[in-house]
Amino acid sequence: MLKRLMSYGDLVSMRKSGEKKFNQNKVKVSVCMTGCRALGAEEVYDEFRKQVKKQKLQDKVEVIETGCQGLCARAPVMTINPPGAFSHRRIFYGRVTTDIVPDIISSTALKGEVINKLCYAAAGKKIPYLKDIPFYSKQKKIVLRNCGIIDPKNIEHYIARKGYEAFAMALLDVDPNYVIDEIKRSGLRGRGGAGFPTGLKWEFCRKAKSDIKYLICNADEGDPGAFMDRAVLEGDPHAVIEGMLIAARAIGSEKGFIYVRAEYPIAVAHLRNAIAQARELNLLGNNILGTGFNFDLEIKMGAGAFVCGEETALIASIEGKRGMPRPRPPFPANSGLWNKPTNINNVETLANIPVILSNGSEWYKQLGTKNGTGTKIFALAGKVKNTGLVEVPMGTTLREIIFDIGGGIPGRREFKAAQMGGPSGGCVPAEHLDLPIDYETVKEVGAIMGSGGLIVMDSDTSMVDISKYFMDFVQDESCGKCVPCRVGTKKMLDILTRITEGNGCRSDIEDLKEMAYVTKSASLCGLGQTAPNPVLSTIRYFMNEYEDLLKTGS
Amino acid sequence: MEEKTIDLRPVSRIVSGYGNDKDSNLIAALQQTQDEYGYLPKQALKEVSRLMDVPLTRIFGIVTFYSQFTLIPRGRHAIKICTGTACHVRGVNEVKQKVKDQLNVVEGETTADYQFTLETVACIGTCFLAPVMMVDDRYFGKLTTDTVTGIVDRYSGDYT
Repeated sequence: MLKRLMSYGDLVSMRKSGEKKFNQNKVKVSVCMTGCRALGAEEVYDEFRKQVKKQKLQDKVEVIETGCQGLCARAPVMTINPPGAFSHRRIFYGRVTTDIVPDIISSTALKGEVINKLCYAAAGKKIPYLKDIPFYSKQKKIVLRNCGIIDPKNIEHYIARKGYEAFAMALLDVDPNYVIDEIKRSGLRGRGGAGFPTGLKWEFCRKAKSDIKYLICNADEGDPGAFMDRAVLEGDPHAVIEGMLIAARAIGSEKGFIYVRAEYPIAVAHLRNAIAQARELNLLGNNILGTGFNFDLEIKMGAGAFVCGEETALIASIEGKRGMPRPRPPFPANSGLWNKPTNINNVETLANIPVILSNGSEWYKQLGTKNGTGTKIFALAGKVKNTGLVEVPMGTTLREIIFDIGGGIPGRREFKAAQMGGPSGGCVPAEHLDLPIDYETVKEVGAIMGSGGLIVMDSDTSMVDISKYFMDFVQDESCGKCVPCRVGTKKMLDILTRITEGNGCRSDIEDLKEMAYVTKSASLCGLGQTAPNPVLSTIRYFMNEYEDLLKTGS
Repeated sequence: MEEKTIDLRPVSRIVSGYGNDKDSNLIAALQQTQDEYGYLPKQALKEVSRLMDVPLTRIFGIVTFYSQFTLIPRGRHAIKICTGTACHVRGVNEVKQKVKDQLNVVEGETTADYQFTLETVACIGTCFLAPVMMVDDRYFGKLTTDTVTGIVDRYSGDYT
């Protein structure tokens, strides 16, 4: 049973006792228990618990279940940290199996000896310490600051890492306008894809006059190939809740919703647990921290419709309707959920907020580029060695992400393109590998920053097939409300199918371009407006592949 | 749709759990109803309509819009094969074909013995394990045409 926090002092004393507990003189064995579950992490974790109990090592070894540790390619992964706070001597192991658990305890946990075969290897060299592994050393973890470190099901861990203190500051020390100004100064832009300045969005909503205002966290991560939000929700749910509390204070909202995909059962479970704990501690509910501020949260589960990532469709879905978008304006900031002013932010955006407030906008602005401050999380997947979750400052190049962090392409094949931004994005070819990534630069080369899915493709991947793949997806997910999207995507899919089957003709390319233009310019929402991007970018960079297929046709 | 009468008590229990805020909880109530019956029987939908005072047409509009809902009974185990981008580039199509052959169904269908329903999902967010599938709430990653058959077999005989 947790004690209700009735003042800032209560929060600080909880943090202090948490710090002591968190950094005590025990070896910390941290096992990823989210994504790694797919490859047996639960069994490994259970075995650690069993062994520690059996060998009566409870005073020496602490087994922690964590969220995503990033290097998913090595799943199941874990780290072992010598007694005390996290240090440079944290050892990283991958592909851990239950039978080797006793060995890890006796040699690594108790004696500090490294088991070579479990270490990350690059160029034939084993790298035991996490800090030396290029995958980690080139990253900058801000949003993922706690991910893989804390137990996401334990609010004490989050508080021990100064959790909820940024919110306490926003609530007790400063005016809501200051919070909004600070977020504006930081240059933070929405991480869901479109990149709208977050502070400005908040300001619109704050200025809207209404008795009730709503706050929504968009956790309907639907882009195929994207798992950033999933990792944040699973690995550090309190960071999102704290971000929402700060946003609620800033815009003046007492009621929030988290709209999360039903396909993410672990994320939903961790969120539910985190909300319950925050309520128990009086960080959600009425009279938060004894200040009279009220805010509560409710989870809404998506029911499997990609278009619900679009904000007006998402609102319709929360209202219990078919998730179909409506024209804007009015923007949700003025008339959103149940026609009340509503502010919608994405998971990653919200998880940035506490860090910006704690460290200040000046600090935040130093990271990244002029047009894109801070960091961005990318979900690195496809034909790349180190698939996983990567957080880098904006302005990092694709080459650094794919080759330095990602370890390059497996086998002897060559890099062909990186697909960025999912069905709304495009394929970036090798000639742009050295482009520093931010919102504008990516747009110039025909892709979009998007939510952060980054799929690497090698010489084996057919770009026309990829173009057809995405068109198939958006055609299927088009809600059907507006004609350009409903018919345009279908027509483009027909043409692409024809081409890939070898039945295309010369005029097909021109038809595709024209259809793309119409769909882009006349569709009602972002889904249709961006749906042609994969087609256009593959035509732009890989026209030769279309031509090869056309040649085989009639 | 179905002749046999079903027990509608779970529906009233579910609906009463949502109190007065009915509009916004309609989807959640339908999700829970589907969890209860494994699908959405016509009688249950009529009962939701009656108890929540929502026209059946609107309910039908919702359940046919969202891909999560199904109006026909499903198998004991749901196999969800991910067809996301990463899985696509890593060869999920061959894996999918193998499962289809093994179970003798196509996407969206249920096996004759109601043991499995085969579905595809656009992405389950575990791209690092591509190609990947879920059986009920469990993930299986790095699938090959060789390993997938054994995984499905594991679920063939159990009645838990």
